[in-house]
Amino acid sequence: MSRSSMWGAIGGIVRRDLLLAMRRRSDAAMSVFFLVIVVSLFPLGVGPEPAVLRTIGPGVLWVAALLACLLSLARVFTADYVDGTLEQMVLVPQPLAVLVVGKVFAHWVISGLPIVLLSPLLGLQFGLSGESLGVLVMSLLLGTPALSMIGAIGAALVLGVRGSGLLVALLVLPLYVPVLIFGAGAVTSSMAGIGGEANLSLLGACLVLSLFLAPWATGAALRIALE
Amino acid sequence: MLQAVTLSCRRGERRLFSDLTVKVEPGTLLAIVGENGSGKTSLLRIFSSLLPPEDGSVLWEGEDIQQLKELYSGQLTYIGHLNGIKDDLTPLENLMSAMALAGEACSQTEAQAALEAIGLKRPIYRLPSKVLSQGQKRRVALARLWLSTRPLWLLDEPFTSLDAASTGIVTERLHAHLQRGGLGVLVTHQEVDLPTDRLQRLRLTG
Repeated sequence: MSRSSMWGAIGGIVRRDLLLAMRRRSDAAMSVFFLVIVVSLFPLGVGPEPAVLRTIGPGVLWVAALLACLLSLARVFTADYVDGTLEQMVLVPQPLAVLVVGKVFAHWVISGLPIVLLSPLLGLQFGLSGESLGVLVMSLLLGTPALSMIGAIGAALVLGVRGSGLLVALLVLPLYVPVLIFGAGAVTSSMAGIGGEANLSLLGACLVLSLFLAPWATGAALRIALE
Repeated sequence: MLQAVTLSCRRGERRLFSDLTVKVEPGTLLAIVGENGSGKTSLLRIFSSLLPPEDGSVLWEGEDIQQLKELYSGQLTYIGHLNGIKDDLTPLENLMSAMALAGEACSQTEAQAALEAIGLKRPIYRLPSKVLSQGQKRRVALARLWLSTRPLWLLDEPFTSLDAASTGIVTERLHAHLQRGGLGVLVTHQEVDLPTDRLQRLRLTG
């Protein structure tokens, strides 16, 4: 297998999925809208006390981002499975794990990256300082790809099962817990003035580990789904 | 050369076939016929490596396809009973992305020529695929056969919802592929209009 054809396959699938997302912008915008709505409701519900908002801010932002990721991720392979493109993906003369990386990367660009870019604006609602906003963006930049990679395993496992949305949540939420703890922890510790580097390093480790293991697990699950 | 050696297949509790041995030589086509539910599609999926057989093996040029993995995928073009096309993309985009994914990237001109060869003319291939009829969608999927350089073609009911003229065009294309020394495995209910020395029939009884 030559390296160029491997990149060709990843590029091909990323291009196709981005083109599809351009044709259906409303689908892509859904997870961002979800995040904005959830995060905006909290100050209304909890009250405008700055000290309280600052305390719950990192947790709320991170939980909302996590759920927004989960919302769109449950269906990441469904359309391909129904229309037969998934069969073609499995029969590509490249390792399936490589295509999974391309597919998940495209999904992250469509639904994860907007969350990262929007997060400083939402952080302002909770009175986070400039430095903490920077740590928030960093933590989401490292954390959301890890969430996408882990979620892809769940999405592949429940392919073809009815009511799969809830099942994906049940399967992957336990695996999301470390990412959530380190992510929200990074922001909280930077607000406390002890710096978020330790938590960010652990988030980075989560990302590397998920990048290394999740594509293989997802590929194996996809093959089983197609049998 | 494609060989199936003592294949057996079970779906759930039902045994579809067992001890099936068949050989497809270069330049010939194997037509799998049989009643609904007799295991035709399962056999084709075993040939494509999508479905592992319960027992036995499939050999490509004498080597087990389970061992060859991606090397084998690089030898075949598989068109299943699902078309594998996206409703939101135009036929042209669908064809080009399918070819790029298969590692046989083609230019826009080549893709247009392929679509025109199968009877999808200019205004049609620039429309979103969701407005196409079933037969037209099928033709978008089959247009890959005009661009494929792979020796082995695996086709599941290629003539479904095609009109007589398109069926003729696809059969001609198949014939040309066989004349170049290619191989084919076809699941079908219809008669295939090919010379008898190039055609081998396999009837599954279920």
